[in-house]
Amino acid sequence: MVLDRLLAVHSDAVLSTHAQHGDATALVDPGKLLAVLEFLRDDDASRFELLVDLCAVDYAAREPRFEVVYHLYSVSLNHRLRIKAGVAESSCEIASACSLWPAANWLEREVWDLYGIRFIGHPDLRRLLLDESFEGHPLRKDFPKRGRDAGGTADGGAAGD
Amino acid sequence: MGGLRVTDPVWRDPQAEPDVLVMEPSHPATHGTVRFVAELDGETIVGLDVEIGYLHRGFEKECESGSWYQAIPYTDRLNYNSSALANLAFCGAVEKLIGLELPERSGWLRTLVGELARVADHLTRCGTTCLELQAMTAFLYCIEAREHIWDLLEALTGARVTSNYVRIGGVRHAMPDGFPRQCAEALVAARDLLRDFEDLVTHNRLFVDRLQGTGILSQQDCLRYGVTGPLLRAAGVPLDLRKDEPYLCYDRVDFDVPVGEVGDNYDRYLVCVEEIHQSLRIVEQCVGALVELGAGPVDVLDPRVRWPAKGQVFHQLEDMIDQYKAVTEGPQVPAGEAYCAVESANGELGFYVVSDGSARPWKVRCRPPSLFNLAPLPEMVRGALLSDLVPTFDLIHSVAGECDR
Repeated sequence: MVLDRLLAVHSDAVLSTHAQHGDATALVDPGKLLAVLEFLRDDDASRFELLVDLCAVDYAAREPRFEVVYHLYSVSLNHRLRIKAGVAESSCEIASACSLWPAANWLEREVWDLYGIRFIGHPDLRRLLLDESFEGHPLRKDFPKRGRDAGGTADGGAAGD
Repeated sequence: MGGLRVTDPVWRDPQAEPDVLVMEPSHPATHGTVRFVAELDGETIVGLDVEIGYLHRGFEKECESGSWYQAIPYTDRLNYNSSALANLAFCGAVEKLIGLELPERSGWLRTLVGELARVADHLTRCGTTCLELQAMTAFLYCIEAREHIWDLLEALTGARVTSNYVRIGGVRHAMPDGFPRQCAEALVAARDLLRDFEDLVTHNRLFVDRLQGTGILSQQDCLRYGVTGPLLRAAGVPLDLRKDEPYLCYDRVDFDVPVGEVGDNYDRYLVCVEEIHQSLRIVEQCVGALVELGAGPVDVLDPRVRWPAKGQVFHQLEDMIDQYKAVTEGPQVPAGEAYCAVESANGELGFYVVSDGSARPWKVRCRPPSLFNLAPLPEMVRGALLSDLVPTFDLIHSVAGECDR
């Protein structure tokens, strides 16, 4: 239902949709992502006041390699929608949603921290969970779980395990 | 040997420029888990930066390297005050991917364990709020009541804190013999303590004056920051996933959703206390329903996801093979993605899981309500006194284990 309305208004932005396991999902063109999100937040038929979650997935061998995933919830209409947008490894950047929901601020900092995806227009893109001196983005699939040679702690000591 | 001379710049004009005060994780009020950098004008907070991550331990990375089952004990350690709620959110997401229908009995057991966990969490919250305000006695009332709840959790799950009770396709075991009676007695004791606690605190002038009008976050700001759960309800929005998207057996139990008016710390406290009462009501209804249902299976009978009963394993070859496969490899989850959210003690706790069809999760994302609740803290305390930061930090329902993952 929400998907139909989105398809009717933004047919050029939506690349594919599915409703696997009852979760309505749309894959959108990253260039038109902000317009789609703003429409979904403000349109009377969708009214997604809540940005429930924002995260990234590393699909390693797939192209584009990353997907940024937005989970939306409408408190007034009690429905949900998942929006996804691909991010290529070469550019590794996507528009920031901070101007739409302040909730995106920390979430985008976390995605930058753990996946190394830059959010264009973010007011303060620092690492969120790890120390600024940390090298690399550990949730990428090619980041080893342990036994990494490089790096050290903030006070200059050797990296512990 | 000069000593301190009056011309030393120890005292300077507090109006000149904002002082920067850093509360490191070693400060008791930060619970060892966050770093506050506060800009102060006298005692008034004009700016605050919250640095998190001190309890980050690579939860998602760990989940990606084990079997689906091996992730469940990690979820215990997210919000360690109410571990069972994270168990059932994660298992719910995996079950959604597999497409499992649970037996009714395990639905009731999950509802029961979830509500006991919520009561334990809220009692901790109410108690520690008093502790932050130097009210040690009130804290002990809550902790004693929590002991009774933990005794019930121990009888049901085998553990007091990290329950690891929920399984993909069911729960670990049924209600033990004598549990209904033990539960009835514990609830009487817990309610007595809670009544004493409320008599001591709820209308206490010192307590009310410290909480009323502090830490306000309006409805609009809650929504803009993705704040859910007791904080959003305290601001007057009756959003509760147990009512709005009923899962497990919540459509068959009777309970009320308390809401506040202005969304200050006092409203949060009142909502929290009332939710304890409502959860205890649900606990009673769950036990009643389970008694009525009687003994029977608490798991789906599906060898792909559940282990055969131990008695069969040693007598039948097929069951032994099933057991071996289940232990060494675990279930293979069909490729796809699913999001499952529950109403946890702190707000919407969700898991977004992606499977590539193998026996290992490709991605396990925890949507931590604690992180969403903590992010707008600077908005809540801007213009407030520094001393208001401490109780506000406690009443925003943020637990570092879940916030930092």
